[in-house]
Amino acid sequence: MKKVLIVFAHPRFENSRANAALVDRLGAKEHLTFHDLYEEYPHFHIDVKKEQQLLQENDIIIWHHPFYWYSCPALLKQWFDMVLEFNWAYGPEGHALEGKTVFNVITTGSSREVYCSEGINSYTINEFLRPFEQTANLCGMSYLPPFAVMGTYNLTDDRLKAYADKYENLIDQLQNDRLTESLSNCLFLNDSSLLKN
Amino acid sequence: MSGSLLFDAIVFLAGALICVSLAKRLGLSSVLGYLIAGVLIGPYVLGFVGEEGEDILHFAEFGVVMMLFLIGLEIEPRNFWNMRKSILGMGGFQVVVTVLLTYLLFTFLGFDWRVALVIGMAVALSSTAIAMQTIKEKGLMDTTFGISSFSILLFQDIIVIFMLGALPLLTSDDHSIPVDDHSTATLIENLPIGLQTLAIIASVAVIILMGSYLIVPMLRKVSRAGIRELLIAAAFLIVFAISYLMEFVGLSPALGAFLGGVVLSTSEFKHELESTLEPFKNLLLGLFFMAVGASINFIVIAESPLTIGGILLAIILLKATVLFLAGRLFKLKLDQKLLLTFSLAQVGEFAFVLLSFAFQLDILEPEQMDMMLVITAVSMSLTPILSVVNERFILPKVGTKESIPHPMDHIAKSQKIILLGFGHFGSTVGRFLRSHGVEATILDFDSNRVDFLRKMGFEVYYGDATRLDLLESAGIKDANLIICAIDKPSVTKEVAKLVKENYPHIELMVRAKNRYEAYELLNLGIENIYRETLDTSLALASDVLHKFGFRKYTLNRQVHNFITYDEESLRRMAKEPRRGKDYIYRARQELAQQEELLEKDLKRGLMTDDMHWDGEHIRKTLKEDKENRDM
Repeated sequence: MKKVLIVFAHPRFENSRANAALVDRLGAKEHLTFHDLYEEYPHFHIDVKKEQQLLQENDIIIWHHPFYWYSCPALLKQWFDMVLEFNWAYGPEGHALEGKTVFNVITTGSSREVYCSEGINSYTINEFLRPFEQTANLCGMSYLPPFAVMGTYNLTDDRLKAYADKYENLIDQLQNDRLTESLSNCLFLNDSSLLKN
Repeated sequence: MSGSLLFDAIVFLAGALICVSLAKRLGLSSVLGYLIAGVLIGPYVLGFVGEEGEDILHFAEFGVVMMLFLIGLEIEPRNFWNMRKSILGMGGFQVVVTVLLTYLLFTFLGFDWRVALVIGMAVALSSTAIAMQTIKEKGLMDTTFGISSFSILLFQDIIVIFMLGALPLLTSDDHSIPVDDHSTATLIENLPIGLQTLAIIASVAVIILMGSYLIVPMLRKVSRAGIRELLIAAAFLIVFAISYLMEFVGLSPALGAFLGGVVLSTSEFKHELESTLEPFKNLLLGLFFMAVGASINFIVIAESPLTIGGILLAIILLKATVLFLAGRLFKLKLDQKLLLTFSLAQVGEFAFVLLSFAFQLDILEPEQMDMMLVITAVSMSLTPILSVVNERFILPKVGTKESIPHPMDHIAKSQKIILLGFGHFGSTVGRFLRSHGVEATILDFDSNRVDFLRKMGFEVYYGDATRLDLLESAGIKDANLIICAIDKPSVTKEVAKLVKENYPHIELMVRAKNRYEAYELLNLGIENIYRETLDTSLALASDVLHKFGFRKYTLNRQVHNFITYDEESLRRMAKEPRRGKDYIYRARQELAQQEELLEKDLKRGLMTDDMHWDGEHIRKTLKEDKENRDM
């Protein structure tokens, strides 16, 4: 069974309905580490060695965060800057993350429709996530499409519950290696018909 | 016209007050003021001081001893060792060449070779008192010129011992060596040269051992007793004892005092000793300069003004040339060379000793002796005048100036920090600064702690921070920053006032016990106040809230909000008038303020107006917006 690390970053988790629903569902799953960055490092002083250790112990990494200003919250950016060191994560000697699987789990307030060349945000989510994708590439990890919970301002509790179910199911299947290549072809993991709903 | 000790004291003090303040107003060095005062009160002008001038000279030489002790305090052994090349090289060159040239000059003028040699030796010695006092007054001790001058003077101090030892060898055999009760008291006089050297080394060793194993423990005991005048007494005892020991073995007391100073320069009492002795040293040196001025014999000058003037000019030119060459040999810059040349081109106070000893040995004729004494005194008096000429008319034409500091020195100097108090608070500050390579000069009042911390490798000095002179010797003049980590609020306030009054440009960062101490410090005009109870109590409170389920990052932000808000209210409340020092009234007032704070907290609410990253808030607003539009 594969081990999953959720690197979670939300500066105001206590006020996020959507993320509360997603995270609550994960509960105390086996072989899953929920790593709450803002709770761990409220002063932004990241313990790099500890973070690298955590990454090495796990096979699947999830960057779970709200989609602020077309990117991640500040502390997660800080985490990238500090933890993914030269010759550890990348560079001639940097092989620590090679072969691991990684993807973003994001929540956005606006709906999917506004993220396209005709919408007010001009670009698609996948385009905005390029920096994450390339980070994964450079570190030799295989990057999957995002799991995106969108339009959270208007989501009913039922819809939210459905997303949470999917999230749980996704992690289950990934852990048991039941999802493979086909996933990288869809735009969003939550679109995949392979996920039970 | 002389009389009681009191009258002499009045004459000297009044002379000094008038002439030195006049000299300072004219922008001249204080040395010149003292010398002129000496001439005025001396036997040939006003006649207040007569024969006793010479006794005063002898007594006042103690000022030179104290000065060298204080110079020694500023030179740590390591630096002293680094100076060995310039001491031996420049000092040796200067002495040997000057003796040789003067000897040739005087034999050429038809003097007996022995007389010429004695005069040569006397002329080679410059005046430590005048040169060093001027250098220190101008703050040039750290320049290459300052170090070179000091090296040369130090070498002279050492070599004079051998000169005095060699003088008896110059007497012709038909003269019986007169018994001089002053010099027979010394131990090494009659020893062969080899043993003399050994005796010198032994006494140096005694001073070093005494310094570390006797003086420092003694000072610790004394400081623990906590009586100010005992420390002054101890400081004097050290200088007197070293001088006595040196005179006893026949070495120069000034040299001994210098070594004693070097030994104590690494001890925690450095600044305390400095500030205690400094005023005494200055007064004694002033007395010394006045005595030199008073001893100029104008009758001798009047008898043969041309001969004396000529010889004086020749000697000064000769010394100046040798010094200039020495500077050149050691690659000093042009302006430094000129400074060196002008400040050391005089015959110094050791010449008095050497000449009178030679006179006792019948090497010198009375007329020769008188002539040389006059030349010595006048050449010393001319030094400050020549320096003024150099500074006002020659140096400005010479391009280079020692204004290009070494990069390292610059960093060290630009970060001059004084840390007052090294208890739990101050030591944490000091440790953190030190871990960033920022070393503060530390003062603490607890000598036990000072002792312990020094063993741990900190540069800590013992002393009372409310004494301005002590702060001054700790270098407050060059400080950019003073950190006050003193535990006692009353002392903190006193220090803050003292610094604000005397050095208003220095930034003060002050530890405050609580709100009320902070009010008083704010009202003293201090901006950087650190309440020791603020951050820690909020850290505890936010940990409590975390246990109740609040998120850490949110608490972190709220702590900062709270501090900002509390600082604002602190500054506002500090302005409110406070009447009376009555304790009960004060306590009541403090309660009232506490109440006001709590009320304001309530009014401010539970920080609910924080909308950052609040999705719910946006959701509600958008929803209302939509509903409004739908209607």
